[in-house]
Amino acid sequence: MRHLLTIEQLSRAEIEAILDRAESFAEVGRRDIKKVPILRGRTVVSLFYEASTRTSSSFELAAKRLSADLVSVRAAGSSVDKGESLKDTVATLSAYDPAAIVIRHPHAGAAQLVAEWAEAAVVNAGDGKHEHPSQALLDVFTLRRRLDSLEGKQIWIVGDVLHSRVARSNLSAFRAMGAEVTVCGPPTLIPRGIEALGCKVAHSLERLGEADVVYVLRLQRERMKESFVPSIREYAVHFQIDSRRLGPRQLLMHPGPVNRGVELSGEAIDSPQSLIAEQVASGLVVRMAILYELLAASGERPAPAAGDGAARPIPIGQPA
Amino acid sequence: MSLAGALDMRAGEGADLVLRGATVLDPLAGIEGAHDVVIRAGRIAELAAPGSASGDGAEPVEAEGLHAFPAFFDPHVHLRTPGQEYKEDIETGTRAAAAGGYCGIIAMANTEPPVSTAADIEALRERARLVASVPVGFLATVTRGMEGEGLTEMAALIEAGAVGFSDDGLPIRSAGILRRALQYQRLCGGVIALHEEDPELSGDGVMHEGPVSAALGLAGVPSVSESTTIARDAALAGYEGGRIHVQHLSAAESVDAVRVARAAGAQITCEATPHHLCLTDEAVRSLDPLRFKMNPPLRSETDRRALIEGLRDGTIDCIATDHAPHATEEKEVPFEQAAMGVTGLETAFAAVHTDLVLPGVLDLGLVVERMAGGAEPFGLERPTLAPGSEANVVLCDLGAEWTVGEDGYESRSLNSWCAGRTLTGRVLMTVAGGQVAYRLRSFSLGVAA
Repeated sequence: MRHLLTIEQLSRAEIEAILDRAESFAEVGRRDIKKVPILRGRTVVSLFYEASTRTSSSFELAAKRLSADLVSVRAAGSSVDKGESLKDTVATLSAYDPAAIVIRHPHAGAAQLVAEWAEAAVVNAGDGKHEHPSQALLDVFTLRRRLDSLEGKQIWIVGDVLHSRVARSNLSAFRAMGAEVTVCGPPTLIPRGIEALGCKVAHSLERLGEADVVYVLRLQRERMKESFVPSIREYAVHFQIDSRRLGPRQLLMHPGPVNRGVELSGEAIDSPQSLIAEQVASGLVVRMAILYELLAASGERPAPAAGDGAARPIPIGQPA
Repeated sequence: MSLAGALDMRAGEGADLVLRGATVLDPLAGIEGAHDVVIRAGRIAELAAPGSASGDGAEPVEAEGLHAFPAFFDPHVHLRTPGQEYKEDIETGTRAAAAGGYCGIIAMANTEPPVSTAADIEALRERARLVASVPVGFLATVTRGMEGEGLTEMAALIEAGAVGFSDDGLPIRSAGILRRALQYQRLCGGVIALHEEDPELSGDGVMHEGPVSAALGLAGVPSVSESTTIARDAALAGYEGGRIHVQHLSAAESVDAVRVARAAGAQITCEATPHHLCLTDEAVRSLDPLRFKMNPPLRSETDRRALIEGLRDGTIDCIATDHAPHATEEKEVPFEQAAMGVTGLETAFAAVHTDLVLPGVLDLGLVVERMAGGAEPFGLERPTLAPGSEANVVLCDLGAEWTVGEDGYESRSLNSWCAGRTLTGRVLMTVAGGQVAYRLRSFSLGVAA
């Protein structure tokens, strides 16, 4: 694996390799000294163009636990604010010869572009509404620990599927692991043609009882202004997961941050079926595993060009 | 009036050529077969039996095995002048047209500032008379400054030489304004060319709405954004007896809307682009905006087939490129942020030949006819090889393979939707408005004995 750009590109075996690796890092996490020297002397760039708490902090802590040097760049207050293009920012950061670039960007395909421009391994930490592969991997990791296998399990993804990169990555990941997926939400928030991805579509929670796992998405309050939902109240009446709708044997997940009282009721969040806190804990070990798989597992990285001591030129992506 | 007479181009010598033994095809003129095409002082003097034409001072071109067609006419080109010459200008854009086998093009008015006054038209025409390799016509905007509110001085613009009107790049939002323009058209003439979409339905869409946009998480532009607006505007044109030309059809529903309007008697013509005829939204899975982001977007296979059918049955009058050059930095960004548009002049014929003629989807004669079909909707003379006409000829090697972009482009911009592709069929020489406008560098002339 050279980059982690989408779940779509991963085979089941590749997903399982990352999850198995994450299990071994979970063991490291129980030691007193939680740091391992695997990436000593190598540099990881964390480049975030969007606000993020859990993704950025867990990737950064993962890099540190693996002993990498970390360069953390936020769009706000950086040269990005001064109008620098993504390509030029990547060229600048590439001068530090990073082993990996972890990028979060508000637009689809940004990570793929960085992978074309930079020599480093690229991890997509969320590109627009497209994909968020590390979230999907940590969610599968969390579920696999609870259920052993996802084979044949019914998973409902409920909420604003239209605007959710998590929905797209998780749909691919759940299906790759053998689960059957239903996406559920108001018709305004389910993208036309989503069935082509191999899921069922529901517009009410009537049959929610079929689900083994209920994966709830965040509803941003701004969606009301754009008439995707008439009101938050009406949305909650139809789609909020509360203790009445959630069965005792159903597992509850949410990528965070939660809008308490909108897509989830408070008591559902705090219920014993909720895996939300475990998801966050899984984030660290799964992201350590991702960095390991990209930077250490395949052995040597590509040899640098002969006589090339300084920064390497950035190859421009050629059209296929 | 001839194209050189009706439009503007650089002054120059009329061509004196004999295309020896060329395979000539001009279906509308009923010309088909091997001929010596004799061009004298910029006019088609004679179509003689192969080997029979006397040289008589004209430059001989060994054309056996090569095809001669009426040169193409593109009613939809963005020359970016004034204001965006870093993308294209009249000189580079018409050079690209000549290299693509075109003998005439019509330039859109969505420049910076938009072409809205008689003085703008006069300045552009003056420039074209200095630098244009092929005859160029200029459209003016329908609304002042393309702001969608007041009408431009349409009569003064026509007097200054505008060939018609368009707010292309944007739809005319207000049905009321379009109605007034159609009424006023009775006074001043000039076809109104329409970019059809409903901004409310298009929203912030960047590609066709369907399974691919669902998979990529990109906001979609539904087909009905285009077709509902065409239906509205065709109804207005019918009601006012106006003359409209619908630009860049992309959806099956749109072809139906044009068919219905025409059957009801509306004076409506329309065009489709090579990229909409050859590609679908599947191409967008690459997330490559350089080649695959444009407006209207690439649509589904059903839509593509409907466009081909529309071209075949005559619902679609012509192939137009919507040649839309953009600078590299406007395209080397994530898909959603990239500028909309692709270049097409230099590859239009070769792409359609490769993707539709060679696989047997469209007949060569039909393609030749539709590639030159963009003149008549704007009241201009259709290019023809009939003896006595102005020489507007393209000479092609239908067997030649070439890789797009390998030798660079005549256009100032690189955003060709065919970039990197190997196409079959190459323009070797173009005679436009009676002048030799283009010769492929490696094509040697005058080798005949």
